[in-house]
Amino acid sequence: MNDLTEIKKIIVKKPLKLDCGQEISNFPLAYETYGKLNENKDNAILVFHALTGDQFASGINPITKKDGWWKHALGPGKAFDTEKFFVISANVIGGCMGSYGPSTINEITNKPLGTDFPVITINDMVNAQYNLLDFFKIETLFAVAGGSMGGMQVLQFVSNFPYKAKVAVPIACTSSHSAQNIALNELGRQSIMADINWQNGSYREREKSPDKGLAVARMAAHITYLSKKGLQEKFGRKLQERDDLKFSFDADFQIESYLRHQGAAFVDRFDANSYLYITRAMDYFDLTKKFDGNLSKAFANSKTKFFVISFTSDWLYPTSESRDIVIALNAIGANVGFVEIKSDKGHDSFLLDVPDFLGTLKNYLSSTYKK
Amino acid sequence: MKKEFKVISELIENKSKALDVGCGDGELLKYLLENKTKDIRGLEISKESVQNCLSKGLPVIEGNAENDLMQFPNKSFDYVILSQTLQAFLNPDKVIKELLRVGKKAIVTIPNFGHWKIRIKLLVNGTMPLTENLPYEWHSTPNLHMCTIKDFFVFCEERDIKIFKSLALNKEKISEINNKNLNYKNLMSDLGIFLIENK
Repeated sequence: MNDLTEIKKIIVKKPLKLDCGQEISNFPLAYETYGKLNENKDNAILVFHALTGDQFASGINPITKKDGWWKHALGPGKAFDTEKFFVISANVIGGCMGSYGPSTINEITNKPLGTDFPVITINDMVNAQYNLLDFFKIETLFAVAGGSMGGMQVLQFVSNFPYKAKVAVPIACTSSHSAQNIALNELGRQSIMADINWQNGSYREREKSPDKGLAVARMAAHITYLSKKGLQEKFGRKLQERDDLKFSFDADFQIESYLRHQGAAFVDRFDANSYLYITRAMDYFDLTKKFDGNLSKAFANSKTKFFVISFTSDWLYPTSESRDIVIALNAIGANVGFVEIKSDKGHDSFLLDVPDFLGTLKNYLSSTYKK
Repeated sequence: MKKEFKVISELIENKSKALDVGCGDGELLKYLLENKTKDIRGLEISKESVQNCLSKGLPVIEGNAENDLMQFPNKSFDYVILSQTLQAFLNPDKVIKELLRVGKKAIVTIPNFGHWKIRIKLLVNGTMPLTENLPYEWHSTPNLHMCTIKDFFVFCEERDIKIFKSLALNKEKISEINNKNLNYKNLMSDLGIFLIENK
């Protein structure tokens, strides 16, 4: 993989009891920051990334040399305005960008942990990330925000730490992974595990990783991030650098070539075992489980202001699931705003240049910060 | 209509919890926030308006009053406000019922179709009246169920809804409506403002 020395991380010394029962301590958690923490320490925003994201939300990612995943939303003058806010972008445990994960080297065997790494949950991720507040000596965050799995972390964070964030912005997410979500993740995992190079997760030793399986997982997942209309408008039945069908299994269509490219580019920056672990964490996510199926109880006593956002063409985490969150919040009289943003760009809308989304979010944060 | 906001605001007790149904761009919510109570919410059907409200930091949710009031528990607000929107619903009866379920009290304002100018327009021109408050042609109006101040009185009476206070607004002038002056106020007022509660 890549050189991970440029990565900022904290070492969490305190033992953390995971949902699976195992206890971990002295583990690394990677993060990045943007903007400056003010004297009152009241301008901090903690952002959480999605399944395949990392802590490099803005600017150029030093490892991949590509733009940060939230470049449209985070930076000077953007929605998360780094001239005004101090943004901490937290990586997740289980990831492959410097945090404790399946590619962490086991000091005793001198091999990557692989599937010896414990199965983690969104709850575990958030409990690990909470240590960043202690590290920066921040009493209360102005906001927590994130899309997709990042949104699930937002919900889990405010449920676990109800007084630690003034504002919560869960975007394009759910309070409980649906059967469809689990099914799609399982498709990705089976694809990785069917790759002969996976070797029960011990592939690092052989220097041969399950790239084919991971690429197919990414291709399948990528389709779920887009909308039918978006795909049709961008690709339709357009052919890839040819005048007619070739009567073969080459990538005749542009959409095929595009997906192959997405798959191939992904394996350069992501670890197959991390993909297994993080999708598992998402599947295990059900915020109501601890509260007898009552989502409202997950937010009881919360003084946090919620701004829930969904997108019209998102069929992976559809508006109805965001509405369930809103309904649960209204049932306990929480302070909640909600809008479904019109966009043809599918689930990926939260990452893209969608002016209604970015403009509303920017103004919401800045007017709420003033109050 | 700023005067309407002022009248509504005066009907509301300090520090109470209020929901504005059909809050538009949040002008009333903002007025209440600055003058009356911090504990406000809004429900609005237009995405663009919801985005404008959220941009001002107002806690507004996108939704349709005819379906989405259901999510609020019984008596979860001290006041539920419906400003000049009743006439636009498919089923005003159901909406009023929901307002009185969700709110301990409701404040309903209605553009008065009984105003003399409107009556004269229909009488003299023989066409559907257009006014400053009701500027839509018959074929493109969102207003499905126009009513008069008197109609609303009868409506409440028939349903055992208690009218705590009824006010008439004409231009900038505000006055009380009672059983004695009802016909006169019904003729002279632009807007009726009612504070109601289930008996």
